[in-house]
Amino acid sequence: MVGVLALQGDFSAHRQALAERGLVSCEVRKPQHLEGLTGLVLPGGESTTMLKLLDAFGLQQPLVEAITAGLPVLATCAGIILLAEEVRHPSQPSLGLLRVAVERNAYGRQLASTVAQLQVTDELPTPSLEGVFIRAPRVVRVGEGVKVLATRGEDPVLVRQGAILAATFHPELSPASPVVALFADMVRRKS
Amino acid sequence: MNFTSPEFRVKVGLAEMLKGGVIMDVTDAAQARIAEDAGAVAVMALERVPADIRAEGGVARMASIEKIEEIMQAVSIPVMAKCRIGHVAEARILEALQVDFVDESEVLTPADEENHIWKHDFRVPFVCGCRNLGEALRRIAEGAAMIRTKGEAGSGNIVEAVRHLRAVQRELRRLTTLAPEELVAASKELQAPLELVQWVATHGKLPVPNFAAGGVATPADAALCMMLGAESVFVGSGIFKSEDPARRAAAIVKAVAQWQDPEALLEASRHLGGGMRGLDVSRLTPEEMLSRRGW
Repeated sequence: MVGVLALQGDFSAHRQALAERGLVSCEVRKPQHLEGLTGLVLPGGESTTMLKLLDAFGLQQPLVEAITAGLPVLATCAGIILLAEEVRHPSQPSLGLLRVAVERNAYGRQLASTVAQLQVTDELPTPSLEGVFIRAPRVVRVGEGVKVLATRGEDPVLVRQGAILAATFHPELSPASPVVALFADMVRRKS
Repeated sequence: MNFTSPEFRVKVGLAEMLKGGVIMDVTDAAQARIAEDAGAVAVMALERVPADIRAEGGVARMASIEKIEEIMQAVSIPVMAKCRIGHVAEARILEALQVDFVDESEVLTPADEENHIWKHDFRVPFVCGCRNLGEALRRIAEGAAMIRTKGEAGSGNIVEAVRHLRAVQRELRRLTTLAPEELVAASKELQAPLELVQWVATHGKLPVPNFAAGGVATPADAALCMMLGAESVFVGSGIFKSEDPARRAAAIVKAVAQWQDPEALLEASRHLGGGMRGLDVSRLTPEEMLSRRGW
């Protein structure tokens, strides 16, 4: 069972994408919903809202513990902002579990949102990959042990650190995304 | 209708990100910061909240540019702004200003009493109000990337939003039971394009996110909208016309996130202070009903 953090954001789109890869999912709104999960999705949405609700509902610490224990994680857009060890523009607190620095809304406002073709590295076995970027953040620093799986121009947009797979775009909004397929593999191998 | 073009996917994409959240009406930077601190997913920049528009009368237009800019600079969450129904020029100005979403809204005085804006021509996404499925589908045909109920803005009374949510859901359910040839008659009856009627009949939902608005004044009102199938909630006058806006705003955010949990709703409903006074909608004349605007 894969849990999808459902405090706010495009959690329904994620559940749909997981179902298409044969993964059963549930919504995570409280600490007890984290029990017995084989994977976790941190969806897109507004990171400021999610941070407040994680705190209000006592989810922050249980989430950190579950991820630190090695639960496979897919984080997209607001999700990578929640996980990053440093958040800029403006600076805000985060879970600090992914060794990257991200800049929020780095490409501009909604008019800069776009569907872009990405460049993939050998780490991701797919010939082509599109990325749906919505008021997207930018990874401005990649730390030790973090592999870059795809880039948009110079910018890393898909990274992996152990069991954490994180994107600045929304694979859940692309049909049959190889990124969701890779996450499904990670979940199956682990469980 | 091409729901798979990159332009449309990016517009609907932002609406997807706002799901499960609360979008709050604000009239200046200070209110915008209160909204963001309370956990709003977006703010709607406007000159006067609907309750004041209703009380003061006069022509309600797009907010002043300086006001919208002040709000855009104050917060990091998306900023929406309203244009008048059919006012293509106001919409172009808001797009040039780079607001994140335009609300072609019945709360402002309509500029065109026959036509809405052809929203496909814009890069900025639009949200439009509806009272029923036919109206929703006409707006989607024109290019709206998000639909909200009209409710009765500035009334502090949820009854109209409930009416509109129920109407949309009932008509959606009905379409899923019809035979192909009956969908042609349904299209005629709904005054909506057959192609969209067929899409809805197959999928059992709208092709764009479906939010609630108009008359939300309490955490319970917001939760009720979610229970009736809304995917997010707009709150207008209900927050800044109450005694303790910051507290009420945060409580409404929590209620929307935990709408399925009565214990959480109970907690969110404690110690709110006084709510906005509100209106008995049944005593309004048809001319006073903002939800009658739009076609």
